[in-house]
Amino acid sequence: MKINITINGEARVDDVEPRTLLVHYIRETRRLTGTHIGCDTSQCGACTVLVDGLAVKSCSLFAVQADGSIIQTIEGVASDDSLHPVQEAFWLEHGLQCGYCTPGMVITLMQVLERNPSPSEAEVRRGIAGNLCRCTGYQNIIAAAMRAAGSSKGGNQ
Amino acid sequence: MIPAAFEYHAPKTLRQAISTLRKYDGEARVLAGGMSLVPMMKLRLANLAAVVDLGRIKGLSFIQEVNGGLSIGPMTTHYDIESSEVVQRISPILAEAAALVGDVQVRNRGTIGGSVAHADPAADLPAALLVLHAKFSIAGSARRRIVRADRMFVDAYTSALEEGEVIAGVHVPAMPPRTGWSYKKLANRASRFAIVGIATQVTTDEQGVCTRARVAITGAGPAPTRARTIERYLTGKKLTPLNITKSATRAIAGIEFLGDVHGSPEYRKHLTMELTKQALTEASERIR
Ligand SMILES: Cc1cc2nc3c(=O)[nH]c(=O)nc-3n(C[C@H](O)[C@H](O)[C@H](O)COP(=O)(O)OP(=O)(O)OC[C@H]3O[C@@H](n4cnc5c(N)ncnc54)[C@H](O)[C@@H]3O)c2cc1C
Ligand code: FES
Ligand code: FES
Repeated sequence: MKINITINGEARVDDVEPRTLLVHYIRETRRLTGTHIGCDTSQCGACTVLVDGLAVKSCSLFAVQADGSIIQTIEGVASDDSLHPVQEAFWLEHGLQCGYCTPGMVITLMQVLERNPSPSEAEVRRGIAGNLCRCTGYQNIIAAAMRAAGSSKGGNQ
Repeated sequence: MIPAAFEYHAPKTLRQAISTLRKYDGEARVLAGGMSLVPMMKLRLANLAAVVDLGRIKGLSFIQEVNGGLSIGPMTTHYDIESSEVVQRISPILAEAAALVGDVQVRNRGTIGGSVAHADPAADLPAALLVLHAKFSIAGSARRRIVRADRMFVDAYTSALEEGEVIAGVHVPAMPPRTGWSYKKLANRASRFAIVGIATQVTTDEQGVCTRARVAITGAGPAPTRARTIERYLTGKKLTPLNITKSATRAIAGIEFLGDVHGSPEYRKHLTMELTKQALTEASERIR
């Protein structure tokens, strides 16, 4: 089936099988491997991308369901020479160790901060309930989120 | 994990969706948010000849105020419901339950129609819809029919829907004056599904005597269900701490408690009584 999907500003038409999962389309057809597969059972959030502005787990969506949509992946988050405020905050607060969960964490937090620009710590923790990290113990991820919320540009671009 | 191959249909109208479903004679299912169906297809627990995606049909996602109650489209997402000022005002318990479903990503995709049709024994919205006395309008048979919430959740993963039927709307009556509500759940730490969840709505007269009590339990047994014993016990009584505690011990009547890795039947029994007490206490404090 032919699908037309724009990722990080680049529109393309591709032929996919209906059973192709969006995450496989993004990683294998579009060669954007920043979106990770952690659990493949809809639990970990490593595969989170924005589809038409909504954070979704791309392992739990067929690519055909996203036909005609506009997607942002972690590769499209920074602008030419500056990090997104959420990325910058992860860097400054050391919000990652191995980095496997980081693309999904950053995208989810962009959504959380867009909807609630000055969240409490509890609200941040609830916001990333669908993102698992096996390394950090979450403390520095929360600190990064709170820092990003404090910066003037927090949230989605 | 990749599902077995299937044919994909994305009809533009509900009528087309229903006729496509019929062609496959039970071998096809509708796809809403996909938060339950896609994982089941990946695990090959569901092997379908075809999938009929409701996502391209216009007009299935809406929240409207009707006669002081609500009319909600089947494709309305959990996020739409939790963030709707109209739902928060008219049926706050529904907004509260929707906000506790899974996580941000799941609530962005998962729908009220899918949640009802899937009839997960631990789902949140069915518990709220039971206490709200919601009704579902169902298309797909010769005539549209209406099913009441207390007839909808038949067994684990089994709703009252027949082959080829689609939930076309959810209707919630207005909340009477002097009503308080609460939804309390203890969530599984990984999936956020309820180990036990208690929804309640209580109404009193001007003297503080309970004129109507509704309690629904999810997660405890094979299907979300009303706790009618408590409802009868509380009706005609004041919602004092003693009466609430006494009623909570009646919450467990008639339930066949589940036991699994998340909790033994004993544990679920205890949670049911404890959360019933908490929910009724909060609901009685919220009566205005
Ligand atoms: C990680 C995770 C955590 C979750 N946590 C929770 C939780 O805490 N609480 C909770 O309640 N739920 C939870 N869910 C489930 C979630 O709420 C789903 O949204 C819901 O169960 C199904 O809705 P859906 O729109 O995704 O339906 P789908 O997955 O698309 O469909 C589910 C089933 O319903 C049928 N169906 C869908 N729409 C209709 C319709 N209009 N008419 C007839 N049949 C229809 C489909 O054919 C399919 O059989 C979780 C899911 C995940 C992945
Ligand atoms: S890979 Fe999608 S949620 Fe884990
Ligand atoms: S940094 Fe390793 S999983 Fe989060």
